[in-house]
Amino acid sequence: MSDEIKTDAVIIGAGPCGLFAIFELGLLDIKCHVIDILDRAGGQCAELYPEKPIYDIPALPIVTGAELTGRLMEQAKPFHPQYHFNQMVTELVKHGDNDFELKTDGGLVFRSKIVVIAAGGGSFQPKKPPIPGIDAYEGTSVFYSIKKMEAFRGRDILIVGGGDSALDWVNNLTPIAGSMTLLHRRDEFRAAPDSVNKMRELVAQGKMQLKLGQVTGLTGEGGNLQSVQVKGNDGAAYEIKANTLLPFFGLTMKLGPVANWGLNLDQNVIPVDTEKFETSTPGIFAIGDINHYPGKLKLILSGFHEAALLAQQAFRYINPGERLLFQYTTSSSSLQKKLGVN
Amino acid sequence: MAKITFILHNGVEQTVDGIPGMSVMEAAVKNMVPGIDADCGGACACATCHVYLQPEWQDKVGKRAAMEEDMLDFAFDVQDSSRLSCQIKISDAINGLRVRVPAKQF
Repeated sequence: MSDEIKTDAVIIGAGPCGLFAIFELGLLDIKCHVIDILDRAGGQCAELYPEKPIYDIPALPIVTGAELTGRLMEQAKPFHPQYHFNQMVTELVKHGDNDFELKTDGGLVFRSKIVVIAAGGGSFQPKKPPIPGIDAYEGTSVFYSIKKMEAFRGRDILIVGGGDSALDWVNNLTPIAGSMTLLHRRDEFRAAPDSVNKMRELVAQGKMQLKLGQVTGLTGEGGNLQSVQVKGNDGAAYEIKANTLLPFFGLTMKLGPVANWGLNLDQNVIPVDTEKFETSTPGIFAIGDINHYPGKLKLILSGFHEAALLAQQAFRYINPGERLLFQYTTSSSSLQKKLGVN
Repeated sequence: MAKITFILHNGVEQTVDGIPGMSVMEAAVKNMVPGIDADCGGACACATCHVYLQPEWQDKVGKRAAMEEDMLDFAFDVQDSSRLSCQIKISDAINGLRVRVPAKQF
């Protein structure tokens, strides 16, 4: 296992609490790798409300999710965190004290002294529309994300949705598809105007079709889709021939693999103590929306506090017997040196 | 106080007290109405608080805004009566409101 990544700490989740944990751990010389299922940092701030204002961050009367993320990343920068995006942690195993192994769905393997779960509401996963019988086609004819475009060459594809993912894949896959149809519930699209124009051009050139309506059912055999039943906007039912269905209805939060890591869970959150924010497994901490304790408030600022306290215990695990000196960034020259400001 | 009735997918009805100024979604979450997930907490950013207005309420509640219309693209089985409950503000004018909750916000 030569490509195993060795580190002091792995942080699961690059939302605001995970990002601030890099900073707090960094002040105590603990180096972090950060893993997130999204393709960028920010968590819910990036996915759910990048442009929407947050009013309850201390000292920032108004800040958007994207701005807050950017500032937290800048604050964490002196500690050289390594980010691993588009990766979901699937396995977390404790081999011994200060020895955790983590694996991701992208094939990465980490060996870490401590683990911080800052996974918010869980992992963002594609929404699966509740079309009757859709399960039988998943992985053979129905896909919620695309890993390799080539797998779709020559296929008769129906893409459903009106957002950026739907339109991007329509535009990217049309040149290699056998046939391409886009189905959307209205003739307006929330996707970027550029991609909408491109799609309309493809329609005008006769390279693909745009249909309006909503999926009601699927027909096929043995996991192989043959056609999709649609209710048109005028109420009339019709059918679209397709052997591949790609529904793009956005993302939703699911607890995901966290449930399989042997931690005590209580209604999809992880109970922790309020001194160290540690889970039922020593060395695994949980901060932010994913933890619970008496009086818990799901606020970003609570997660910041939790990050500072967990770092103290993490230091004790990583440097057994060493005295931890409490210092202020304002006055400590050693902390300022770490921050690169002195 | 305004009474709001949620008709669950199995036909069971749950009536809750809504405080004017709150959203219908908030009233649902506060009273643990099943089927209203509200992932984003009311930012009109997730479409997991989708409800259907009962026909007699469609005109009284008013129309959906452009942002809500966009977000409904991420809901399933969108109908003329579809609304995101985080975008319906409770007032005395909608006392007695009846909405249907889909089986799943998915």
